Amino acid sequence: MNTTIAPAPLIRLTHASKAFALPEGGRFDAVRDISLDILPGEIFGLVGRSGAGKSTLLRMMNLLERPDAGMVSVAGQELTALNPRDLREARRRIGMIYQHFNLLANATVFENVAFPLRIHGALNAPRLKARVTECLALVGLLDKAGSYPSRLSGGQKQRVAIARALASYPAVLLCDEPTSALDPDTTRSLLATLRDINARLGVTIVIVSHELQALGSLCHRAAVIEDGRLAELFDLGDHSVPRTTSLGRELLFYSAEARADAPPGELHA
Amino acid sequence: MREKLLLVAPELWRALGETLLMLGIGLTAAVLLGGPLGVALFLSSAGDSPRGQRAGRVLGWLVNTVRSFPFIILMVALVPFTRIVAGTSIGPLAAAVPLSFAAVPYFARLVEQQLREVPRGVIEAAEAMGATRLQIVMRVLLPEARSGLVLALTVLAISFLSYSAVAGVVGGGGIGDLAIRYGYYRFETDVMVITVAILIAIVQLIQFGGGRIARRLDKR
Repeated sequence: MNTTIAPAPLIRLTHASKAFALPEGGRFDAVRDISLDILPGEIFGLVGRSGAGKSTLLRMMNLLERPDAGMVSVAGQELTALNPRDLREARRRIGMIYQHFNLLANATVFENVAFPLRIHGALNAPRLKARVTECLALVGLLDKAGSYPSRLSGGQKQRVAIARALASYPAVLLCDEPTSALDPDTTRSLLATLRDINARLGVTIVIVSHELQALGSLCHRAAVIEDGRLAELFDLGDHSVPRTTSLGRELLFYSAEARADAPPGELHA
Repeated sequence: MREKLLLVAPELWRALGETLLMLGIGLTAAVLLGGPLGVALFLSSAGDSPRGQRAGRVLGWLVNTVRSFPFIILMVALVPFTRIVAGTSIGPLAAAVPLSFAAVPYFARLVEQQLREVPRGVIEAAEAMGATRLQIVMRVLLPEARSGLVLALTVLAISFLSYSAVAGVVGGGGIGDLAIRYGYYRFETDVMVITVAILIAIVQLIQFGGGRIARRLDKR
């Protein structure tokens, strides 16, 4: 470390490993000894081929997957050391969205967004209503508050999921292939929403995706995961060092392309 | 036929009342005891703690054992227990005891099955938001499975309508018992036809009502 003071990481993984037992015996090492710091306010991409371990890595950040070895800290709190009650409390500040949205089908859009607030009993009725309304307005779905998810398009469902994830003022938003079930146009507008949330609310975003083009235009930094290992980690604005992985090179290409296309000021430096 | 009908009408009424009483008690027991048991079966099999899984296997074994008894044998075997609970071993109240005993594990299995239909990801999302186990049951599993649960209760009600006919053996009474006594033992075919017609009507009504409620509850 040099003389400039590095900001404290928001998420820190230290020598994290996770293996799964295979049904036919044997084991699959999904994550092997990965150490990683994610800084507050950044958009961080995790890329890798199918089965490389990137989703497992993401799911470690709220302990949906508990590492077999190593440590996970979020906002200075070591999640791996918390008792169940404190872990539930810590998870309030870690939002997550999923490929298949995972909304409650028998609850209205309003009730879906209210869910995290209700389970923590955080707000009284008028303040809860105000917060849900605020979050729905943020994703442009105020008029759908009374609808059931089955009446919404895929893009709208994912926006409801984002509103739900943001309801309890998270510091981090974990995105597990959030656009894989969406068409290209919807994907673009959803990415714009994520970028907007990051810029306006300062929410740190960690995103796993197969869509390199999307990630290239969205992320500040990215890590390439191969075979459960961290193959490389780099700044998408930094073209000075040649990338060693093909995914890394591709990602940089898309990033440069997005920067060339976008009018100045619309992308982060 | 007509005067026969008038002759048995009071008995029909009484039998109908007895049937509804037995069903009412059996279904209430199923929901109050079988429901939580079904949730426990689901949670123990879905969870990843070895202790929970062991408890789940014991519960599962118990449920299977009770369900293996032919109902009539269960009823006779339970007579001493019935005497303690109902104070008597004859009549509809007494018959409701073995009925409830059989309905609880039956409904528990149906509930477990319905909860399995709730997408894993939705449960996981609730976990990731910091929901407790109880909150996941009350705010995710039951509301998401609610229309299936109503259909499960419908299936249970119809099965136990026919089980309640067997209750006649211990003097339980009820419509089915009437059908057996008049139609089977006394060869009074017309009375039997009437009672069977009533049973058909009840089954149709339960199925129709259950299906309707389930559809209204289902927003998927």
